[in-house]
Order: sequence, then C-alpha cells, then structure tokens
Amino acid sequence: MTDGARGAQNAGFDDWLDAAEEASGYYLECPNGHGSLPPRRVCPDCGATDLADAPLPETGAVETFTITHVPTPAFEDDAPYATAIAEFGPVRLTGQVVGVDPGDVHSGLEVELEIAVSQTTGDRVLGFAPVSG
Amino acid sequence: MSTVRVAGTGLTPFGNVPERTGRDLFAEASIAAFDDSGVPREDVEAVFYGNFMGELAEHQGHQGPLMAEAAGVQAPATRYESACASSGAAVRDAVFRIRNGDADVVLVGGAERMTNLGTAGATEALAIAADDLWEVRAGMTFPGAYALMAQAYFAEYGGEREDLAHVAVKNHENALPNEKAQYQSAITVEDVLEAPPVSAPIGLYDSCPISDGAAALVLTSEAYAEEHDLDAPVAITGTGQGGDRMALHDREHLARSPAAREAGEEAYADAGVDASDVDLAEVHDCFTIAEVLAIEALDLERIGEGISAARDGRTTADGETPVNLSGGLKAKGHPVGATGASQIAEIATLLTGDHPNDGYVEDATIGVAHNAGGTVASATVHVLEVIA
Repeated sequence: MTDGARGAQNAGFDDWLDAAEEASGYYLECPNGHGSLPPRRVCPDCGATDLADAPLPETGAVETFTITHVPTPAFEDDAPYATAIAEFGPVRLTGQVVGVDPGDVHSGLEVELEIAVSQTTGDRVLGFAPVSG
Repeated sequence: MSTVRVAGTGLTPFGNVPERTGRDLFAEASIAAFDDSGVPREDVEAVFYGNFMGELAEHQGHQGPLMAEAAGVQAPATRYESACASSGAAVRDAVFRIRNGDADVVLVGGAERMTNLGTAGATEALAIAADDLWEVRAGMTFPGAYALMAQAYFAEYGGEREDLAHVAVKNHENALPNEKAQYQSAITVEDVLEAPPVSAPIGLYDSCPISDGAAALVLTSEAYAEEHDLDAPVAITGTGQGGDRMALHDREHLARSPAAREAGEEAYADAGVDASDVDLAEVHDCFTIAEVLAIEALDLERIGEGISAARDGRTTADGETPVNLSGGLKAKGHPVGATGASQIAEIATLLTGDHPNDGYVEDATIGVAHNAGGTVASATVHVLEVIA
C-alpha cells in the first residue's frame, strides 16, 4: 500500500470507526432486514437501495479465530495476535481480539467492540474485547 | 459447437528467482508453448494474460501489450486480474472467444514476480485480494483467512492439523519427479506439525511458497487443429466461474466455498460430465485446508469428508482420484497470476502422457482444474478431455 492510500480518509468506514469508538456502532439495514457494512448504497443480498443505520448489538460471539504469527508489515510489532470473525446480530465483523491472551480465545467467546491502535503504525484497528464477568 | 484444443503448453520452472522480470518469465513460457504447439506466432489473434500484483512487484501496469511483445506476438492483448484466479479467468474468456468463432488461435497464460518483495512484502501484496477496509486493516492476512476457515471446518466437521499435514506430504511427494516444481523434497507429517506457525492452525508447511514463474497455453479451434494437422488431442470441454461476497465474514458458510461449487457445477454441465467421471484434478491448494474445501466443492468428496481424503489415500497418486499430481501450489509453487494456466498445462500433459507422473493415470480421459481467488470470492473450473 502506498502512504497516500494508507493515510487517506475513507468516508463511511472512518465514520463507522468514529461511531464505534463512541460505543455507538451500527450496521446498515435494508427494508428486508438484511444487514451489511458501510460504505454501501445497495443491499448486497437483495439490491434494495434504501439502507438505514441500525444499532449494532452491544455484544457479539466469536465464530472462528486464528493466531497470526506472520503479519503484514503494518502489524509487525503487533504479532502474535488473535484475529477473529465475530457475529453481531445480522452482520459479522473481522477484528483483532484484544485484552486477552491469544491462546485463550475460543469459539463462542462473548465480545464487544473496542477500537484499538496498531502498535506498529498507530492506525486504528477494529478490535474485540472479551466481555468481562 | 467447435471444441477448444490445447495445442501447446509451456511452463517456466517455479521458484525463487527475484532478479527475473515478469516479461522474461512470460517470454520463456510462451517460447515453450509455441514450440510444443507447432503453431506460428503470426497466427495468434488475441492474447489473454493473467497477473495479480504487477503494480506492487514491478511498478508495472498495462501488462497485456508488454507480454504480447515479450512473446513476439502482434495481436491485441488484455490483462486479467482476479487475484490468484487471474489466469483461470483469462483461460475462460479465451475459450469463449474461440467457441464464438471470433478467433482460431489465442495465446493464454500468466506470470507473477513475487520473491523480490520478500516475505513481508509479498504477504502485504497478497493481502490486497481481501477487503482492505474490513479485513486487511484488522490485521487479517491470507494465511490468516484460511486459518479462520480451517478452524471453522474443524469445529463443524471435525479433523485436526494432522489430517491437513497429509495433504502437504502428498503434494510434496507428487512434486518429487516434477523438474518445474519449487520443492522437490519429501516431507513427513511430523515435519508439517513441527514447522513454525504462520497463522494457527496453519503452519509454514501448510502454506504454498512465494514463487516466481509463468505459464502459457496456445489454444486453437478444432477446425484450425484439423486443418494444420496439429497434435492436440486434449480439449477444454467445460468452463465455469463462480463468485461470492468479497470478505470472508460475509460468506454464508465459513467452512465451504460456494463460488467453487458454482464454477464446478457449471463446468461439469458445460462438458456434459459428472464429478464421478473425473479421473484426476489439479486444485488450488494455496493452503492445505484449501485443497479440502476444493475437493468438496467439486463433489469429488462429500461435505465434511474431504479432510480425510489425503490421509486415507483417496487423492494420493495411486488413489481413486489423484489430486495435484503436479505437486500443487503447495510444492510446485504459486506464482499467482500463472497458476490457473499452469494447472491446465499440467492436466493436459498428464492426459497425453507427457508428464513425469502420467504413469499414475494411464487410462485417464477427464481432468478438472480448479483455480481460486481471494478467500474464494472468485473461482474458475475447467474440464479437459482427451477427444482425439
């Protein structure tokens, strides 16, 4: 990735990270109830174009995970780290599991969104934190 | 409908040659393909060329005409980019061009230069085949994506790392006599299990190498082959392509590859064959789990049973349906833009008896090639048959 592409603002996506940092994460919902992620104008499931923001469930569940030992250069100081796909109601998200030993991550682990920061680049990273207690 | 004949195939050795340019790699493959075909370069009417990361590895876009020139061909040329399925997609459009009667002779292939980027650079370059905003920025790599699928597969259907290790062992074994292969070395299940982790449960020996290389095919119409008395007994009789959502997390199922199933069903129907007719397959085993998902998607194995196919000897060289007799991406190597075309070359030479492993498939008449892009948001499948 060029520095220009890395540093550019991505409307829709960065706005979503801003909202997630404020604990007001959302997804896009079409009139038929399909969920998707921004930036998006058309429902990828049914083609509906009237998409509305809907609040993301506060917690999600890890569906599958891996421990990344060989990262891209943008995460070289972060490895090893756990990457997971977690289900939040009608959408799934890919994120880094933070605040827990990577070896303790498991399917079904209940998590909440936590926007973390890459130790390598300082860029924001979509993260999942286990829900305590 | 006129069949599409494979008149000539050419491969460079796949391996680690960071100083060689993409144009040099493709030139070598094309010379071999023309020599094999007996077709003069001036008869080529179009060039279909697959390449994925040329901008990143060589600061080179617009590679179609560059590669036509490198091959000594004066014909319109287009580059195809579908991540690791780039030259599978190129082959498919070349087949349509000939079938439609719009061309009698085409040059198809692909090339990739990767090792000059180093491991970290190539990992980053490969990652652009994923969703940059929602996957790459979260730290997902390609080994990581396949590890997510492997973990999901284990959870749903069972299986363990040792089962996957048998896929790697098999493909290394198959590559032993293949002089074009990046690795001509036998490995053991223990070697795979003890290798450093890349993205658990995927280890170093579950992963294909980073490779430089090129593949080229000269395809002709049936009429051209007959008129010029070509030795081209193998035809591409079926072509299929499937698509899916870009990000893995948007897949309906995290342990299946619906795009490959769609491509396989289309290709089988196009050729008028069933999965049970397939004698051998080259599938996109970028990681060991990928071979498992591929053979299930192609109906060579039932869902949930592909995990044991290599371990139990169903897909080994002497098994019922040998898979990746070339060594596969795992041991032959994976110069991504070349892979789809190289699979067609391997199947064609296995069917004609011009391959070091053809002794395992002496009576074979039908082979299938499966090429996948990204986390299988793109897939192409081609059926090859001996028809002459």
